This record gives sequence, structure tokens and C-alpha cells, in this order.
Amino acid sequence: MAVPAPDLAVLRQLGERVRPLSAAAERVLPVPEALAGLLPLGGLGRGTTVATAGSAASSLALALAGPATMAGSWCAIVGVADLGLLAAAELGVDLGRTLVVADPGPAGWAPTVASLLDAVEVVLVRPGHAITPTTRRRLVARARDRGSVLVHVGGRVTVWAEAPDLTVTAGASRWEGIGEGHGRLRARQVEVAVAGRRGADRPRRASLWLPGPDGRIALASPAPSAATGEPATPAALREVG
Amino acid sequence: MAGADVPTRTLVVHAPDWPVLAAGPEPSAALVVVRANRVVAASMAARGAGVEVGLRRREAQRRCPHVEVVDHDPARDARAFEPVAASLDALTPGVEVAVPGTLAFATRGPSRYFGGDEALAGRVAQTVSDALHGRWPVRVGVADGAFAALLAARAAHPRGGPARVVAPGEGAAFLAPHPVDALLEVLEVPELVDVWRRLGLRTLGRVAHLPRGEVVSRFGPAGAAAHRLASGLDLRPLAIRRPAPELAVGCELDPPVERVDRAAFAAKALADELHARLGADGLACTQVLVEAQTERGEVLARRWRHEGALDAGAVADRVRWQLEGWLTSSGARPRAGLVQLRLVPVEVVAARGRQLGFWGGETRIDERVWRAVARLQAQLGADAVTVPEVRGGRGPGERVVQVPVATVDLTQARPAARLDAVAEPWPGRVPPPAPATVPHEPELVAVVDAEGREVRVSGRAEVSAPPAVVHRRGRPPAEVTAWAGPWPVDERWWDRTRHRRRARFQVVDEEGGALLLAVEGGRWWIEAVYD
Repeated sequence: MAVPAPDLAVLRQLGERVRPLSAAAERVLPVPEALAGLLPLGGLGRGTTVATAGSAASSLALALAGPATMAGSWCAIVGVADLGLLAAAELGVDLGRTLVVADPGPAGWAPTVASLLDAVEVVLVRPGHAITPTTRRRLVARARDRGSVLVHVGGRVTVWAEAPDLTVTAGASRWEGIGEGHGRLRARQVEVAVAGRRGADRPRRASLWLPGPDGRIALASPAPSAATGEPATPAALREVG
Repeated sequence: MAGADVPTRTLVVHAPDWPVLAAGPEPSAALVVVRANRVVAASMAARGAGVEVGLRRREAQRRCPHVEVVDHDPARDARAFEPVAASLDALTPGVEVAVPGTLAFATRGPSRYFGGDEALAGRVAQTVSDALHGRWPVRVGVADGAFAALLAARAAHPRGGPARVVAPGEGAAFLAPHPVDALLEVLEVPELVDVWRRLGLRTLGRVAHLPRGEVVSRFGPAGAAAHRLASGLDLRPLAIRRPAPELAVGCELDPPVERVDRAAFAAKALADELHARLGADGLACTQVLVEAQTERGEVLARRWRHEGALDAGAVADRVRWQLEGWLTSSGARPRAGLVQLRLVPVEVVAARGRQLGFWGGETRIDERVWRAVARLQAQLGADAVTVPEVRGGRGPGERVVQVPVATVDLTQARPAARLDAVAEPWPGRVPPPAPATVPHEPELVAVVDAEGREVRVSGRAEVSAPPAVVHRRGRPPAEVTAWAGPWPVDERWWDRTRHRRRARFQVVDEEGGALLLAVEGGRWWIEAVYD
């Protein structure tokens, strides 16, 4: 019996379609829909490390952590004392499942992060001091072991001895709603690029509303690789007044 | 197993407020044991001062100022309880520990041997009381089924003798007047009990009266289990299987183990292995036998059971507690190090994913969270760990405040952490979206116009010239491409010393970086960064 040659395009399409499903909630924490398409697993892979960088690093980190907390996971913020928690709530983080250790001190930093990696799903950090390779390895191993996600929020990623599994970088931002002496900041479009190891070696990018005019995170334009069609959020919805 | 659905006649020994005895040397002292900031056990003296189980730590301290507060430690409870369990080994081989402070066994054999339930109960009460040197009240209940026996034990009053025996066949009638909350003694079904209470099903009798099929279809497996208990039936004969012997797991300990931490390490690995093996067969364990052998050939064994299913972590905990009990017991046993450790699943049920989630699920995660919190509080200080709460205010930094975790109850939903917690609008507040970085220390900057002159804001909120460049220390000057403001803030104008009068601006530079600036008395600083 002749076996018909597999239609690779169809197979790839099918694979693409089943991918997020096979990455069941057990292994992947949910992220905003607009970001899911950029991440190789369609979410935050449990046990991985992620860094955010660029002009919207803090917003990106909060946005990434948000849906997981809404789904019942806990989030901890260690040593990022100036992170805006009002913004966190607006970007979808459930403050009812958020713990903050504002200043654990240089000596207490690593044990604190380790303890929290044991207990909560997402730990946001921005170490203010250099991390020894041993400490880093231990924390990364702890995250992998416990299935939690270590997120480095902006700042100098070089304090880590080696690159994280994923780096989510915000490129140029464009603000809407503000003019020269009038209006106010209403919405921001930002170019987001995702690069890293483990299936993310080919960088993916997209333009994102962070947040959009309606306060939500949305795709402003699809990824350039599939760049056709119009922007996801119509800009005509701008509010006046 | 017997085919008929008849509850096993069971004897329960219950030592009320066991964690207190385990923690406190002096029975007359005022002492409470707390977990996650809630009182889980209180001594008689503390109860006399109005302290109840479930109170917050601070409330308990308010009611009873001299009360000693001790953190809950299940291992300590188990360690203290092991001599009690061991004292009954002479009476029956089938002692099963449910939690430290409560144990159970089937009375069929021992009752016949000692001449009836009453005689057995009296004997058990005496034995246990002796093991505790009479320091603590002990209650014994005998009834059809472990649940009824536990309630009988709770109902036993010292003045009426330490034992309460419910005659065979009268289990359901005995249970009927008890409130539905009694189900929480053995099942973790707070939502279900709450719903039933609000539906007017306030007693177990009312619940038992409902048609079984209806309860199952409306309330699922949890409802079915609760209904069985309320009806005076055992939970377990439902689907209990005696597992195949090859499911037992064991390991050699070489060199022999005398220290608890090493033993606990082995226990964890064994528990995981057991869990994996059972899981591969779609089973969950409801009763586990912990067996250890010493260098001298002594065999120690103790059964632990749970009305729900024991997951890997729960088994590991129980094994560790048991090992602590053995290795640190004052009864001078064992006389040598442990050379072998075995876990035998005595009873298993078909594992149902949903039911497991129901047993642990989210609450277990939350338990992990507060354990970590307690650890961090011990390391860094009580106020080092905080949780955000939403408040009224205008500035981005004012609208969310940090509250020490010690002052809130993490195990419950906190409405104060929701954005809509503050409903009334604050005129003049900074509009959304909120900035993602709000520095605690204001960073002073210089804001100049196109000619390089400092931008000033008049008392009537007029700008001297449009801001053109923001100079931040250590950074190249940022050219302003868009800006908005000034938004005057006139706060506490009624209070001369705390009166503040300033103006806010939003500025965007050519790279899209946006800042929230404030100016007061000619000084500019960065209030927040939209990064």
C-alpha cells in the first residue's frame, strides 16, 4: 500500500495547534494571551529562569506574573522595593496572592529567594549586588526542582553569571494620549523581543499594547514573521477628554 | 473484606489540645499554639481567659495578655504522642494514629478479650492516662465507625468517666444531633459545610436524611463522603482495597541511622517512591504502615491513617514524625540504630484526580506559603515579609501600602488587596495606567526649557516654558518629546505643618521612556517611572 507523502505544512500547522495544549497547566504557568505566542512554551515554563529588560522591563515582569496569580498561584517580590504594586494590580497581578520582602539585605537575599522558590510559583527579583555563580546555580536548581519560576526584573542582568532561559526585552516604546502640554499617558505600544535557550534560540518579536487604551495587554501587530492584517486593537477607540 | 456496608466498631482515644501538652511543660500555664497566625490549640488557663481555637494570635494575646505563644510543630506533637501509642501496643496490634493526639483501633478482638466495650474503654483510658502520668485529660469513645467514635470521645466528660460508649447500631442516632461542622474534624470540606449550614442543614441528622443519590449528584464526591459520615457509615469501605504486597517500598540504611535528619531524608525518598508506585496503578494510600528494623533485630511499626488520601508529602511528614518519635522517645527504644525502613500501604483507594485536588489542592499550596513566611519571619524579623493592601490616595506610591504579614490572615481571601477595595474616587489622583517603578527615595532632577532655563511653575499652576530636557544624574540628558501638566496637588491645606503644594508632570523622552515628575518649591524630582 502506498503511503502518501506527509504534507509537512499541514503537519507543522497541526503541531503548532496542539502545542499549547500538550504543555498542560502542570508544566507551564499562564501568561497574558498577547505574550503567549511569543514564548516557546506558550507560558512560563515551570522550573525556568526569565529576565525582562529594556524600557518596559518592570511592566513586562508584572504582566508575565499576572495570570498565574489569578489562576491561584502565589507570587513573591524580593528586593525590588520600588516596584509599583498599583501597576502590578492593573497589569493583572492578584495582590491577594503576593508576598513582598522589600529588603532582605545582601546576606539574607539568597536564603530568602530560596525559601520562596520552595513555596510560591513566581519569584520576582532584582539583586542589587553581584551573585556568585554558586549561588546562582543553587537558585536555578532550586527553581527547577520545585517547578517555580525565577524572574529577574530589569536592571543589570549581568549580575548573573550566565544567561537566563528566556530574556524578554522591551524595545522602543511609543506612548499615546499625551501631546505637548496636553492629554496624559494613556496607552503604550512597545516592541517586545523574546530570546533564549530551549526552543527560543530564534528570537521572536511583536508589538504589544502594554497597556492598551482599554487598560489591557494586547497585540498591537502580529509577529512580523506572519505580518499581515491590521493591528489587533483598533486605534480608533481612543477616548477623548 | 466483609461485603455488608457496616461500619467497623472503633475505639478512639482523643487527647484534647494535644499540641499544648506537646509544647508546654506545665499543664496549668496559659499557652496557645498557633499556626498561620491562628490559634490551633489552647491550654485550660488560656481557655479560661476566653481564648478559643481559631482566634488570631493578637486577639488571643489581647484576651489573655500573659499567654505564652508557641508555633505549631507537628513533629513535636508526634514525638510526644509516640509513648501514648506505644502504651496501647500491649492491648492491641492494630493501633492507627490519625493525627498526633488522636488514635483509633478496631475493637472487635480486644473487646472480646477484655470483656466488652466498656471494660476495654476503661482499660484504655487508664493505660493512656498512666502513660501521660495523669498530666492530661484523655477521652475515649467507642462507636460504630471512626467518626462516631471520635465524636463520642469528644463528648466524653471527665465527670461522667473518661469513656463514652455508643451502643452498636446506634451510631446514626448518636450522630444526628451534632452540628454539621463536626464533619470538619475528619474532612476538609469547609465550603460544603458552609453551604449546608446556609441551606438550613444544621445537624448531621438533617444531612443524613437527604436522599443519597441527590447528594452525590449535587455535591459530588465530597458530598458523598460527607453524607456517608453523617449517616454513620465508614468512609472507607467504599473502595478500599488491600494492596498487593509488592507495592511496599523499603530501603537498607547503611550505616545505621540514629539521627532524625538522616532518617527523614531516607523517608522522603521512600515516600516519593511509594507515591509513584501507587500512582502508576492509579491508587492513593489511606493508611500506611511505617516499619523500621534496628541493628539488634527489633522491629518497630506504627500505622498512620487519613480519611482522605495521603500524598507523597503527607506520607513523608508522617514517617518523619514517627521516626522522631522512635529515635527521641524517652521509652529507650530502639536500643540501636535503624538499619532498615519500610513503608507498607495498608489500605488504598482508587485515586481520583479531582478528589486529590479536593484534599490538598490550593490549600496545600497556601500551607507551603505560610510555612515559608514563618521561616522568613524567623530569619529576617517579624515585619520583613509584607503583603500589599489598597488604600485611598492620589500618588501611585500612596495607593498601595505594605502591611506586615503577621497582621493578616493569609488563609483567607483578603478584600483589602483588591483594586476595588477603595471605591470612592480621589479627586486629583494620578490617572491610570500606573507607573511600574515607584522609588522610595525621590531622585532629584533638573528640568529645563529649550533655552536651558529652569522650568518654573507659578502659584496659579502656570508653566514658565515648556519642559524640553530632563537632566538625570549619571545619564545623558533626555529630550522631552511630549509632556502633560502641571497637575497641582494641594494636600492637607487645613494643616499648616503638613500642607503640601506641588505640581505633577508626565514627560516622555525620544525613546519612549516616560516619567512622573513632581515639582515643589522649585525642586524637581522623579516620583515614578513608567518602565
